[in-house]
Amino acid sequence: MATANTEEEKSKSEQQKNHGGGGGFTRWAVLAVIFRLILIYFPGNLNLSSRPEVSTPLTSIRRLAEGYWLKQSSMSPYAGSMYHGSPLLLSVLGPLTVKRTILTYSVANAELKGSLVTFYAVGCSLVFVLADLISGILIRATGWKLQMTYRKSLKSLNLLNKSTDSGGLSSGDIAALVYLWNPFTIVACVGLSTSPVENLFTILTLYGAATGIAPLAAFGWVMATHLSLYPAILIIPVILLLGYGPDAPPSKLFRSKENGKVGDDTSSQDIIFSWGRVLHLLVWTSMWSVYVLVLCSISVKQHSSLQEMFQRTYGFILTVEDLSPNIGVLWYFFAEVFDFFRDFFLIVFHSNILFMILPLAIRLKHRPCFLAFVYIAISSMLKSYPSVGDPALYLGLLGLFLDELADMQFSFFLFCGYVGVSLLSPVMHNLWIWRGTGNANFYYATAMAYACFQIVLVVESVSSMLNHDRKLMKLSASKLQK
Amino acid sequence: MTIQIRKGKRATEPQCLGSQRSLNSEDLLFPNQTGDSKAAVYFQLSNGRFRPPPAHRLIAHHIVDTIAPIFFRVSRTMWLPLRLTLLLLFLLLSPRALLRSGSAAVVSGEEEEFHEELLLKPLPDRKVLAHFHFHSIAPPSKSNGRHHHLFPKAISQLVLFPSSVPFAMWSDLDLILNFLFRLLNNCFSSSRKYDVFLIVFALIGVIVGEFLSFGQVQKFRVKEMELSFTQGRWNYERWGGFDPISSNNAKPPGVELWAVFDVPEDQVDAYWKNLTNSLSGLFCASINFLESSTMYSAPKWSFRITPGRLRYGTLPREAVCTENLTPWLKLLPCRDKAGLAALLDRPSIYKGFYHSQRLYLTSNASVPAETVSGISLEQTLTVVLQPNSPSSSSIHSGESNFQPSWSLSSIFGRKISGKCVLAQSSIVYLQLEKSIFSEQKDNMDNGPNSLASEGFAGGSGFEMSLDPDIVIEEENQSQHKGSSVLYGFWVEKYNESQPFDLGLKWKYPVFWSSRQAPLHASRFLMGSGNERGAIAILFKSANSADSSSGSRHVSDGCELQVDVFQVVPWYIKVYYHSLQIFVDDEAKPIGDFVHKIQVSPSKDKTSPGMMEMLLKLPCDVRSAALTLEFDKGFLHIDEYPPDANQGYDIPSAVISFPSFHSVMHLLSNDSIRKSPLLSRFQEKNRVQSYTEVLLVPLTTPDFSMPYNVITITCTVFALFFGSLLNVLRRRVGEEERYLKAGKKKGWLRVLLSRLLAKLRGKPMEEPDQPSSESAPLIGKKLVLKVILVAVLAVAWQFYST
Repeated sequence: MATANTEEEKSKSEQQKNHGGGGGFTRWAVLAVIFRLILIYFPGNLNLSSRPEVSTPLTSIRRLAEGYWLKQSSMSPYAGSMYHGSPLLLSVLGPLTVKRTILTYSVANAELKGSLVTFYAVGCSLVFVLADLISGILIRATGWKLQMTYRKSLKSLNLLNKSTDSGGLSSGDIAALVYLWNPFTIVACVGLSTSPVENLFTILTLYGAATGIAPLAAFGWVMATHLSLYPAILIIPVILLLGYGPDAPPSKLFRSKENGKVGDDTSSQDIIFSWGRVLHLLVWTSMWSVYVLVLCSISVKQHSSLQEMFQRTYGFILTVEDLSPNIGVLWYFFAEVFDFFRDFFLIVFHSNILFMILPLAIRLKHRPCFLAFVYIAISSMLKSYPSVGDPALYLGLLGLFLDELADMQFSFFLFCGYVGVSLLSPVMHNLWIWRGTGNANFYYATAMAYACFQIVLVVESVSSMLNHDRKLMKLSASKLQK
Repeated sequence: MTIQIRKGKRATEPQCLGSQRSLNSEDLLFPNQTGDSKAAVYFQLSNGRFRPPPAHRLIAHHIVDTIAPIFFRVSRTMWLPLRLTLLLLFLLLSPRALLRSGSAAVVSGEEEEFHEELLLKPLPDRKVLAHFHFHSIAPPSKSNGRHHHLFPKAISQLVLFPSSVPFAMWSDLDLILNFLFRLLNNCFSSSRKYDVFLIVFALIGVIVGEFLSFGQVQKFRVKEMELSFTQGRWNYERWGGFDPISSNNAKPPGVELWAVFDVPEDQVDAYWKNLTNSLSGLFCASINFLESSTMYSAPKWSFRITPGRLRYGTLPREAVCTENLTPWLKLLPCRDKAGLAALLDRPSIYKGFYHSQRLYLTSNASVPAETVSGISLEQTLTVVLQPNSPSSSSIHSGESNFQPSWSLSSIFGRKISGKCVLAQSSIVYLQLEKSIFSEQKDNMDNGPNSLASEGFAGGSGFEMSLDPDIVIEEENQSQHKGSSVLYGFWVEKYNESQPFDLGLKWKYPVFWSSRQAPLHASRFLMGSGNERGAIAILFKSANSADSSSGSRHVSDGCELQVDVFQVVPWYIKVYYHSLQIFVDDEAKPIGDFVHKIQVSPSKDKTSPGMMEMLLKLPCDVRSAALTLEFDKGFLHIDEYPPDANQGYDIPSAVISFPSFHSVMHLLSNDSIRKSPLLSRFQEKNRVQSYTEVLLVPLTTPDFSMPYNVITITCTVFALFFGSLLNVLRRRVGEEERYLKAGKKKGWLRVLLSRLLAKLRGKPMEEPDQPSSESAPLIGKKLVLKVILVAVLAVAWQFYST
């Protein structure tokens, strides 16, 4: 999924080959930030903050403001069914949501004229822009790290000359720019959904794990899990990343290379699962989780309890209570399904994520970063309340594997599909909700199509990654045969 | 001000027993029958006496009547154990019964009362307000237990007096004793063999019955309760918003129920649920829908000032019809057969613009020092009707500004043929605004004192067909237009041959306006679409001159207090942080005007959102508006009502003005004090009004789609699962090994052959593996798998049920 921007960028930065496109990246990143600031300047955040694609019950800034208001008026922020986010987010972002009203109202002839436009202070938007920028930089750093280690391992396999002939811009830069210039990211950022912050912590996890900084990875993972439940499954890629190091060709290649053509026995010296770092990670994880829990309990202890917090955040995510439409499919499913089967289907849909963890981990254990991408993509597809922030994250991460996924099938079809769905979905929503000429099935159909495209993307990327490994094996086999 | 009493005498003495029986013995029996079948037994047992004697006398009577012969017989025929049992029984039961009768004798002497009154009032917009007021009072239940003479038993059961729990329990005892002794009598007279068993059964029956009745009595402990059924909306601008009728009797459309309970806080909800169910049965209405916790709320201070364990619930869409009126009428001693209630001709009262039947119950028996009697039941029916003025009677009927002339028979189609004989008072009032007279003065250039004379009533502006028995004027310090004059008519003077038919004929066109509440409140929705919107409550100063020249002086510190109480159902997700306030068209900071706010936000499918707010507005405010944004919720397909596209109702908000009281200052007089209607008018109640019910359309899913949605969604998930797993389990490594081994097969073919081999149950032909070993292995695996699945299924079944 390369967007038009990155194509442009590729062609532009071909001139500066040896610099790795550093100047180009900075320029484009700054431009992305400026673009966001311009969009923020528009009044009412372009009404994006109340779009169903942007603000789910979990990420909506209005709900956060309501939670903050409840907290300020000495009630539990979880009283009522408005706020379902973290109490930490509430204490950080809450003060920034103080409302500004524009005094353009007039009460005349017994009617209120003028529209209800409420503004949240610019501070909140700036936090999200900053989060996006940091995410971009971290993606780039992760990409660099991945590329360096990958090249090293390829060099050790004497396969380097094959894959160095890609474009001038490194995949890390491309991924970062895809993330920064992705319309989904921009919309999520300008629409003041909290997903940029959640994405930031997910990316931080990957960065920390890829660069081998266990405390940082642990912190990112704990925070991401705390903010939205689904990154919890990233613990497997993180452990693999710290244990085996960043993505590399299959370990069989190294073994076969070392042992010549014989290679089906003996332990290889190169790839050792370093239990020390994993233990380090686990220790740090437990420390950070205790720390976060203590912080949470301090911030909620006045009016509610940790139990209520878990019930209102994780419980709300797992039992799909809110049936307001979003870009996923579960809302309509649970609005229509018979109550008798509700629990059954809840278990089925959630376990769909869990079922795929093990097979993927077994097959892709030598590429933990890609494994993380697949996990993120799957969870954002099967999430109870997905928003556009989720595809923004995995599409950005997809850019990291540009070289490996170069021969992915259906990429143009997928690109068109994403564009089409993101254009059609607001139209259908408008027809259904605002005009009343369509009905719920219209919107649901686009959600269905979107889910299908995501499925095709995940399946195709996994398949092409496996094919890439096969190709490498063939290549190395042929080299060894020489 | 003067009061003129034309004919002040009323026959307040209760009627003799004979006339009661001859008139409507059925009616007399009826209220007791509605609640409890035991009451009917009671009457049978007391040998056709229509007026039940006080219970204690009955007990004593029965004890004397029955015990003595039994003991006589027992001593003669029966053996010792039985005698002991009976003795035990007697010792167990009799002291308390005696105690009870002794204590009851002290309190006896208070009488149950019933009053019926009707207030008629022409309204400024050519309509007529008829306000029926029936008041039943029952003295504390100690005197006659659970049995009442006039008071409806079904209602008295809603109240339990905590101080008299044992008495309420033992009050049934006489019936049970009676039954028991009769049984014993029969037994002993026939002297069968199994008499002992019968007696033991009877004993068990007594105990069980007492327990049952104890539980039954304890079901509700209502201290105060108000239930109203309303159709139409009270027009505060035209019909007045300040007088006691609009404050007390103007109710929101549909059903409104609130009750204060006399139980610990944690049990209130359970009692409320019981109460709603029993009221639902009593009034043939869907009050039981208020049982769900999403339908009721517990206002703290804005709805009523007096704190208590209050629950409040409304059903805005409940249709009110005769099926609700009939049970309401059944609570009256004379039903609609006699007295003022006979006017209630169903077609004519349901034809009106506004119809509100109300039931207000208080019990202060829990407070022993209270002078007021035990239970008081106030039943009011307020109707606003359009008199169809016969064109022949009025010369200027073509003129639109002429008030229509009317009479009782033209409004209701019926006349009053005497009072309900059980009523202690039966009065019809006609209330006229005093501003009519001042206008008359202006028009007719009469003398300034013409008001107080009968010449006025007969003479100039209007004409009453009957002479009033009493004229009561509202005592008013400042001569503003709110004050009024009441003309009273004793209905007891009239009978079948000379029915009461009050008529009012206007001679000249008159104009007046009703007194308004300081602010006129209305509520509306803003926004379009089915995703979100906003609720706005708009206060407009009813009359700036009036509010400033009222009892409150205009100064800088002058504040107008407004209480707002609003309940929204959970699917209207209100953002309380988006509260905005506009005073005189300008957005103002909330802290300046909102003095106190209490919010209990809605929980999905659990509780409604409730907002209580105390506003302090400057007195010279012209308009003020509150806005609250909300998101519309999306419901499960089963939660939609059959007519889902009609929309959902947000119940009325209650706006009250704590610093304003709707009091009629009538000059105190004996006749006024005895009239419950007028004493109710003289109570100090704060001015209260209800806003409109809002209709919010909600988005609907496609109701015909559940199967399609389930199948399509599951297909997509299966697609995902299958294709991803398929990609993952492609063993290309093996394929390469095969390639290397020289087998030039495509991987697909290899897969196919393996699949076929699996299907056939044979292992694939591989040189390394001997086939003889693997066949039973697969069988074992298969068995294991089957067992695993079975265990899982059993576990699932076990835990899901």
